[in-house]
Amino acid sequence: MADLTAALARRFAEKLAAAGLTDPGAAVAACLDDRLAFSRPSPHEELLAGLVDRLGVGCVLLAPPAQPHRAILEFLAGSQAPAIRPRDCETRTFFHDIPVIAEPTVEAAAAALSRRKGAYLPGVGILAHGALSPEQAFVTVSSVAFAGFVKFFADFLAANRAGAVDAAYAAAFAAACRTLPPPPTIVPALAKGPFIDRETMLAAMAQAGRATVELGLVDSVFGNISYNLDGVLAISQTGAALDELPGAMDLVPLDGSSCAGLTASSELAAHAALSALDGRKAILHGHPRFAVVMSMDCEDLATCPRRERCHVDCARQRFAGETPIVPGEVGCGPRGLVHTMPPALAANGGRPGVIVCGHGVFTMGANDFGDALAALCAIETSCRARYFAALGIPTETL
Amino acid sequence: MPLMEHPTAHILFCDLSTGVCRREQQDPSLARQALGGRALAVALLAARPRAVWDAPDGAVVLAPGALAGFDLPGVSFAALAGTNPHTGGVLAVAVPGGLGRALARLGLAAVVVTGRSNTPTALFLDADGVRLLPLGAAAGQGTSAALAALPSHDGALVAGPAARAGSPLAGLWADGLHAVGPGGVALPLAAKNCFAVAARAQGEGPAPADPAALAGARAAMERLVSAAPALAGPCGFGRYGTAALLDLTAGRRMLPTRNFRETAFEAAGQLSAPGLFARLSPRAAGCPGCPTPCRHVTADGGVLPDGDAWSHLTALLGLADPDLAVAAHAACRQAGLFAPGAAALLAGRAEAAGRDLASDALLPALAALVAEGLSVSPSAMAVKGVALPAFDPRGAYGLALSLAVGTSGPDAWGGLCLGHELLRKPVATDRFSFAGKARAVFLGENAAAVAASLGGCPLFGLAVGLEEWALALSAVRGEGVSAAGLAGLGQRTVLVERTINARAGLGVADDDLPERFFAETGSSGEGIVVAPLPREEFLAARAAYYRLRGLNADGRPTTQAVAALESPWPI
Repeated sequence: MADLTAALARRFAEKLAAAGLTDPGAAVAACLDDRLAFSRPSPHEELLAGLVDRLGVGCVLLAPPAQPHRAILEFLAGSQAPAIRPRDCETRTFFHDIPVIAEPTVEAAAAALSRRKGAYLPGVGILAHGALSPEQAFVTVSSVAFAGFVKFFADFLAANRAGAVDAAYAAAFAAACRTLPPPPTIVPALAKGPFIDRETMLAAMAQAGRATVELGLVDSVFGNISYNLDGVLAISQTGAALDELPGAMDLVPLDGSSCAGLTASSELAAHAALSALDGRKAILHGHPRFAVVMSMDCEDLATCPRRERCHVDCARQRFAGETPIVPGEVGCGPRGLVHTMPPALAANGGRPGVIVCGHGVFTMGANDFGDALAALCAIETSCRARYFAALGIPTETL
Repeated sequence: MPLMEHPTAHILFCDLSTGVCRREQQDPSLARQALGGRALAVALLAARPRAVWDAPDGAVVLAPGALAGFDLPGVSFAALAGTNPHTGGVLAVAVPGGLGRALARLGLAAVVVTGRSNTPTALFLDADGVRLLPLGAAAGQGTSAALAALPSHDGALVAGPAARAGSPLAGLWADGLHAVGPGGVALPLAAKNCFAVAARAQGEGPAPADPAALAGARAAMERLVSAAPALAGPCGFGRYGTAALLDLTAGRRMLPTRNFRETAFEAAGQLSAPGLFARLSPRAAGCPGCPTPCRHVTADGGVLPDGDAWSHLTALLGLADPDLAVAAHAACRQAGLFAPGAAALLAGRAEAAGRDLASDALLPALAALVAEGLSVSPSAMAVKGVALPAFDPRGAYGLALSLAVGTSGPDAWGGLCLGHELLRKPVATDRFSFAGKARAVFLGENAAAVAASLGGCPLFGLAVGLEEWALALSAVRGEGVSAAGLAGLGQRTVLVERTINARAGLGVADDDLPERFFAETGSSGEGIVVAPLPREEFLAARAAYYRLRGLNADGRPTTQAVAALESPWPI
């Protein structure tokens, strides 16, 4: 049993590195079954063991973030303590804020993690816990990195417009930009549609999901994907990793004759609504970072009376280039993106994609995922170029 | 203000033998121990001398959740606690609807009912005080008649003829909409000749210490509920009620069929909730302020079955007639029978007879169950005398463990395992493994106990976690309450219940599942193998759960665990 626990700890530490969230060998996982096991020896063992004990959880992950997340989170922790308050939708919905731990003690870390899923310990890394499974902690680490990235770049652009970038922010920004991964310019070839049987369709969805993650257009555990095969929508299940889709897809009749979609993605309603409006079969949803950053960029932000609610209640028609930006929250609430995204994506005979403010991008393909993936890449690449252009920084210098 | 004290909360003691009711300020030390709802109800029960369920000095406690008076989504519940007629141990169940909110808005932390009225009575509370109302003939008629006999109210809990007859299958109905089970839950109240409790509270709820923070907590809860597919999704409970689960259990090959002999039902496709809804076009109804109301009412006032009743009145009996299931559910509602338990009993009898129940025999059989009254023997497919809910334990091992160890009997939502083993929340876990499940059940039970102590809907555990509960409670109290602190409250609550059970002689033998699940396979197919539960692994997981819970090998709280409660009463 102890060997199994240690193997589990190693698996999730390695998964963090594989996802690019930490450098190889940097993360430490502490997992508890009949006894506590660590993924590797670490000077932080006492801290992690104390947290497992104090929090009464099954796993604690310590993830020293890889660049550029390290530069970003160190800066945000220094300037935002005692808590980083990202404005992206995922964080608003699921995480509230990211506490900054004042000192590397069990007491301080436990106080932060007793009220939040994850926290940041400056100079050390992201700490996250999982009561049921290390996967919960993995999801949290991924979310903290994403939320920090979006907040850092969005705030910098706003500060730059306001002439309020200080030397520390400028230095952190330069450091982060030096280690940015390249934009997703090369789109891999995917299976050609239309798909006429379930086996081929599910294989194509798995392939597209993997490619979306590999291109950095979504973190593994987020986003969703669907395909309409003769009135049955195949859609990724809620919480399914886009790069591990086999066995994690639901087949949902679009005529509403079954509750088979009970475990489908929280965006099932949006996918179904889109299918009703648009003849294209393939839908892809990712969280490309600069598209999200640019969706939150608004010249009226400082004066708009709805600035605290713009992600769900923006009244303006906004675009990033040709791509519309719409408000909307996760799921089916009164301000859910089910109401805003489908009409925008289906408008004008079918747009390539739509950005949901502070959330991510939806794209479509007529018969397969090739066009959808290409559109996702193009929107992100375009938004990234727009971002640096807005700052007056030539992208070729990055 | 010290943590977990409520300056306006009182406890109302009603002695039905004398008709005397007195209202007392809540003891601050008790308020610190157990801030409301289930925690407070079982603490009050534990502090009293032991009594059999039908003794006049035995107490039935109704306690609104600590947040039930506030305007929060899905937070209006009360808890009912008493002596369990099946085990002599604890009975603690959630009471949905408006009663909890009304009691809280009357400034009551709990109502403790003792004694026995000479005549069938209803207990009615409003701003003018308490009244004991004679129910007369309405007590022996259907639950609708009892409900109609009550004055205008915001919430009501009603028993029916099954309780009057002393049936161990007798349940309660809240607001005429919500079945409150399990079977037998109505008996401690009926033993006091009390067949209804209702309350009316005009005006607003109490003022939170930090209104802005409470608004923030409310918004956080609303966002999470909206983002939860099982609650607010197009196939979720807000659209189809928990009957939506039948398609899922059928697809996972864990649909209890023919008295749990099988786990797949060949006619499951005829029982999908959307088909039923397409025919009946029901309107949604639910608890006050709920954004995803899970009850559904037809044009003629009928209430559609919830998931357990829907599944057990069909597949468990080998019946595939949706209209018959709706009619059977209506009959149970009028009689005050807890439908899933009644169906389980009939399924067991059908197996013993060697044939499925005939369709035309179902309604007469249910009527006969009421007439049998006290002489009804419990279903064999039960734990602690309570029929198992509509999820075959061979299909989800954490759920299997939680069904076995539930303090009041098997409760599918008691350990929150349905969330991660079936509905993938907060993450998906391997449902055919006991690895990590002892801890999952321990933590899930604690979280469920917290929600039940604050007044939260058990289903909202799929979206709302301890972090959000802590935000809301902190806003109400005006001081920081942490998620970890709340988890401790849940842990204490379950341990108090375990202590009550231990005093009644319950031990490890009561924390077990029927032999069938360890000896017989389910209905494998479609790539899913449904093997018998591995007995040794189940026992190891139960032992691990005991260690986490602070119990000895017999399932009773250790001396150290009881001492850690620091109870002001001899628990």
